Amino acid sequence: MENLINIFIKSIFIDNMVFAYFLGMCSYLAVSKSVKTATGLGVAVIFVMLITVPVDYLLENYVLKEGALSWLGADFADVDLSFLSFIMFIAVIASMVQLVEMIVEKFAPVLYTQLGIFLPLIAVNCAILGGSLFMQQKAFNNIAEATSYGLGSGIGWFLAIVGIAAIREKVQYSQVPAPLRGLGITFIITGLMGLAFMGFMGIKL
Amino acid sequence: MAELFSKKNLKLLSNPLNSSNPITVQVLGICSALAVTAQLKPAVVMSLSVVAVLALANVIISLLRNTIPNRIRIIVQLVVIAALVILVDQVLRAFVYDASKQLSVFVGLIITNCIIMGRLEAFALGNKPWPSFLDGLGNAAGYAWVLIVVGFFRELFGSGTLWGYQIIPDSWYIANGGFYENNGMMILPPMALVTVGVIIWVQRSKNPELVEENK
Amino acid sequence: MDRNGNTYTFLYAAVMVIVVAALLAATAVSLKPFQKRNIEIEKMQNILASVNIQADVQNASKIYKEKITTTYVVDAKGNKKEGVNAFTVNLKKERSLPVAERSLPVYEANVDGKVKYIIPLRGAGLWGPIWGYISLDEDMNTIFGANFDHQGETPGLGAEISTTAFEAPFIGKKIFNAEGKLVSITVAKKGEKAEPAHSVDAISGGTITSKGLEQMISDDLNSYKEFFNKKK
Repeated sequence: MENLINIFIKSIFIDNMVFAYFLGMCSYLAVSKSVKTATGLGVAVIFVMLITVPVDYLLENYVLKEGALSWLGADFADVDLSFLSFIMFIAVIASMVQLVEMIVEKFAPVLYTQLGIFLPLIAVNCAILGGSLFMQQKAFNNIAEATSYGLGSGIGWFLAIVGIAAIREKVQYSQVPAPLRGLGITFIITGLMGLAFMGFMGIKL
Repeated sequence: MAELFSKKNLKLLSNPLNSSNPITVQVLGICSALAVTAQLKPAVVMSLSVVAVLALANVIISLLRNTIPNRIRIIVQLVVIAALVILVDQVLRAFVYDASKQLSVFVGLIITNCIIMGRLEAFALGNKPWPSFLDGLGNAAGYAWVLIVVGFFRELFGSGTLWGYQIIPDSWYIANGGFYENNGMMILPPMALVTVGVIIWVQRSKNPELVEENK
Repeated sequence: MDRNGNTYTFLYAAVMVIVVAALLAATAVSLKPFQKRNIEIEKMQNILASVNIQADVQNASKIYKEKITTTYVVDAKGNKKEGVNAFTVNLKKERSLPVAERSLPVYEANVDGKVKYIIPLRGAGLWGPIWGYISLDEDMNTIFGANFDHQGETPGLGAEISTTAFEAPFIGKKIFNAEGKLVSITVAKKGEKAEPAHSVDAISGGTITSKGLEQMISDDLNSYKEFFNKKK
């Protein structure tokens, strides 16, 4: 349990998808003009990550990894399909996003209209694929750890986008040098936020 | 031959370098890029990988453009990109092992590099292979120069080296009785963002058309 | 044929999947030997580096064959285990087992006529795994050399563990104290009190990586404790 909490906290603050790895920057920059839309996208990302990371974990450990197919019989013990992992992960993500979209549309139409265009966009959000690839690299011991990592990374991304959106709403009223307006200042603010987040480094429970 | 390099085609190559640069103007493809720019070498390898993937993906999709069923368009594009990225990753692992270790998961993240999806949707689906190839090359080059410039400054000021070779003379360092010390902050991830911010600043000061209106 | 019809779409998808899968499988299979070799050579280079022999990619496997005389696996009681290849032991997997069940690889090297014992290490840094090799003199106490590597520590800070500047001070340090207790090596920050014979300087700004490394050395050496006592 302690380990799970540790992974969770670490993935939110230290291994933050945006500030430490710059993942999901495209939508992060494009959809952070207002807190409301940013929150919508953030929630959708948490949701999708919470599902895709554990699913990809199962896929990695029972299909792709060297020796992962041994449950099919001894003949398959040597099969190494890890070269297929990129394509499988992205397929899982794309189909999960579709699935989530359908489920949300059916059971929570209000949420669906709120999230609107953002749901399908998530399929090409680098943070999601990044989550799965880091999961593969970190080689978690069990699915609970992977789930906790997925949830934490999603929440970390959510925090980042809501934070920058709030700042950008205020920056509207500041005297930013003309060439820096919009994109430039957003980059620099993100950098500064990242530096602040680095203060969390070394947290261990 | 003259037709191949007509003015229109050359524009495809040169526009993305400046006025429609994918990173600094269109804000695409930043995701997988910045984390590999702490040093020059991985930045260059990453750039070359993106050049290869984008140019080839553009050509392939352009060749297939009249056969792709509309409903599974996105999936087809994703599959083509993912397959190319896997090829690049496998080749890097086999022949440039050092660099592939440094890039780690970021090679895989080329798949979700929005520049690639963006160019396939916006250009390759509606154009012939040759212009698509040039468009891919141009956009990837526009991406590459930003990456390389960021990598250059971060490595120079952060570690005092370029491509792993010491540039700042040893005798300058405080440890050796000099006056200089590496700026460790440049190596930290957040400084990549600030560096890009500064590049945007410089570019937009020179090219005022790009300045965003205050809405 | 109707480009938006179901049959066409299905056929298209099927053909695409087959073509792509065949292409990827062919590449992966044909490049696999190169990739495996890269990994092996790197491991050999790292092992050699821990006994202070620098090998490049071309001659690594030749020098490795010359210098590394025997390799074997011991258990936590220091007894040899049969039928396990030391070179292919997966350290990450072993570390998740209880100490008593672990396979602990040992490489014996012959350097200038003297036997050196090389112990592989694996632990966690700030961002990801760190690993390395440490070699001991015949007295099983004095460190003959050390080599560390990491997956993604911060360049210029934690990543410095893989530089000679950090590794060289390990040479000549003792892992047992005067009373014969295994004290391992302390990676000491500036101002931290530590026995000079059992400590090296930490990396400034790389505290967590340094401490992770200290933990790694101490954990792994302790699992070899019985083996050391037997050999002494």
